[in-house]
Amino acid sequence: MADVLTLSAVDAYYGEVQVLRGFDLSLAKGEVLCLLGRNGAGKTTALKAIMGLVAVRGGTIMKDGTDLSKLAPHEVPKAGVAYVPQGRRLFSELTVAENLEIGLMARGKGRVTREAVLDLFPVLRERLSQRSGTLSGGEQQMLAMARALCIEPDVLLLDEPTEGLMPSMIARIRETVAGLRERGVSTILVEQRVDAVLSLADRVAFIENGQNRETVDVEKVRADPAYVHRYVGVG
Amino acid sequence: MAFGPYFLLASLEGLVTAAVLALTALGLSLVFGVMRVVNVAHGEFFMLGAVLAWAVSTAFAGHPSVGFVAALFVAPLVVGGAALLSERLVLRRLGYDPEATIVATIGMLYIIQQLALTFYGADARPVQAPFNVRIQLPWFGYSGYKLFVIVAAIVLILAAWFVLTRTKIGLVMRATQYDRETAQAFGIPVDRVYAGVFALGAMLAAVAAVLIVPIQQAHYLMGRDPLLLSFIVVIIGGLGSLRGTVIAALLIGLSDGIISVFFSPTLAKMLATGLVAMVLVFRPQGLFGVPAR
Repeated sequence: MADVLTLSAVDAYYGEVQVLRGFDLSLAKGEVLCLLGRNGAGKTTALKAIMGLVAVRGGTIMKDGTDLSKLAPHEVPKAGVAYVPQGRRLFSELTVAENLEIGLMARGKGRVTREAVLDLFPVLRERLSQRSGTLSGGEQQMLAMARALCIEPDVLLLDEPTEGLMPSMIARIRETVAGLRERGVSTILVEQRVDAVLSLADRVAFIENGQNRETVDVEKVRADPAYVHRYVGVG
Repeated sequence: MAFGPYFLLASLEGLVTAAVLALTALGLSLVFGVMRVVNVAHGEFFMLGAVLAWAVSTAFAGHPSVGFVAALFVAPLVVGGAALLSERLVLRRLGYDPEATIVATIGMLYIIQQLALTFYGADARPVQAPFNVRIQLPWFGYSGYKLFVIVAAIVLILAAWFVLTRTKIGLVMRATQYDRETAQAFGIPVDRVYAGVFALGAMLAAVAAVLIVPIQQAHYLMGRDPLLLSFIVVIIGGLGSLRGTVIAALLIGLSDGIISVFFSPTLAKMLATGLVAMVLVFRPQGLFGVPAR
């Protein structure tokens, strides 16, 4: 399958501290690729590098012939990449409708997109005028995903979307990601929950010390728990 | 004069102070709230507005209202342009670092002040009010122009409220204020928002100055008091809170007017400073502010 996003030898920094070192990754169309690794391995930094939110001083991040690392951060979503940050990072003082509007404005989408997104998360339709900071944790995560989907992305970056959620809500998030895969949306998922990774991913990239050590099909990971044990220390 | 009318007169004077203060402080509050930049040069944008108002109004012959209306448009635009330039040349290069920008805006303060001294001079110069109408109340007559200042400030603050809460530009500004990084991840060009907010903040100060120069004279050192009072208002009202800014400006302006008339101006300043200290101790984000992420 053709790759929609390719990271080649990416060096990324927080200030003067190098976090990613020659980081390689490829994402196929309609694929769910999970990044697994210990805390501080560079998983979140990889997503932020794609979004232009950390300094990339080496390598390329190619999407549809465009090197995203050469774009200003605010131009990356216009290239069809949407980001759901760790901890949701909603604009908590803004209403649900205003948060969605921010997502819609990012790529000039309108009412049709908004209705389609609200059909995916009907509970948000009842909360449109509510301040987003007052939503429950699960509803906040839905809104974070809905806001990202308002971009109509073909690449979706999810950073620990199930963190701190009830099992029913985790199942709902998984369903949504699976549904997006059916529609051809490619997803990079940073996830600590190995069960979530194994049930959702097509491939798993094991991240260690700012590098992608290996990317393997999820069946191989299921068949050989040593993978998870080696890179995450559990399993 | 009996207590009632005396109180009314003091309140009207306080309202004029509050109106101009609210506009000036709103500019400071927007810059502080959205950009996290403490703009120590804000008072100088106010002064520049006043000086330009004198320059523009004296350039027009004929009825004073012609020059005043021209100043009302020209002065804020020129001041906004100067702010835009200083944002590009100074603040952006410093990456909007909160500490570095304090030092930089102190430098801007002196540069603007000395430029005004060089090209405008050390004299205080009056600007004629656009009209001289006296509103006769049963107890005393009151300046129609001062009432106009109050109404104009209310209209401008309502316009600012409308832009901030009901338009896409306002939504973008508020999103940037709450979370700069996430705003960027959703296509908001934060640098451009910052430039616009800095210019808008300076323009609000300039408008306030144009409104006040027919009451106070334009002088190259006139930026100090508005800066100090604006900081007091922003600290009490809360970072970037329009509602907080207006309420705090009313509180400070009215108390200044009333306490100054009945007791002493020094007591009014002492109470305002005491209030700031209380807010800083018990509610550092201000009465209506939101802690920053």
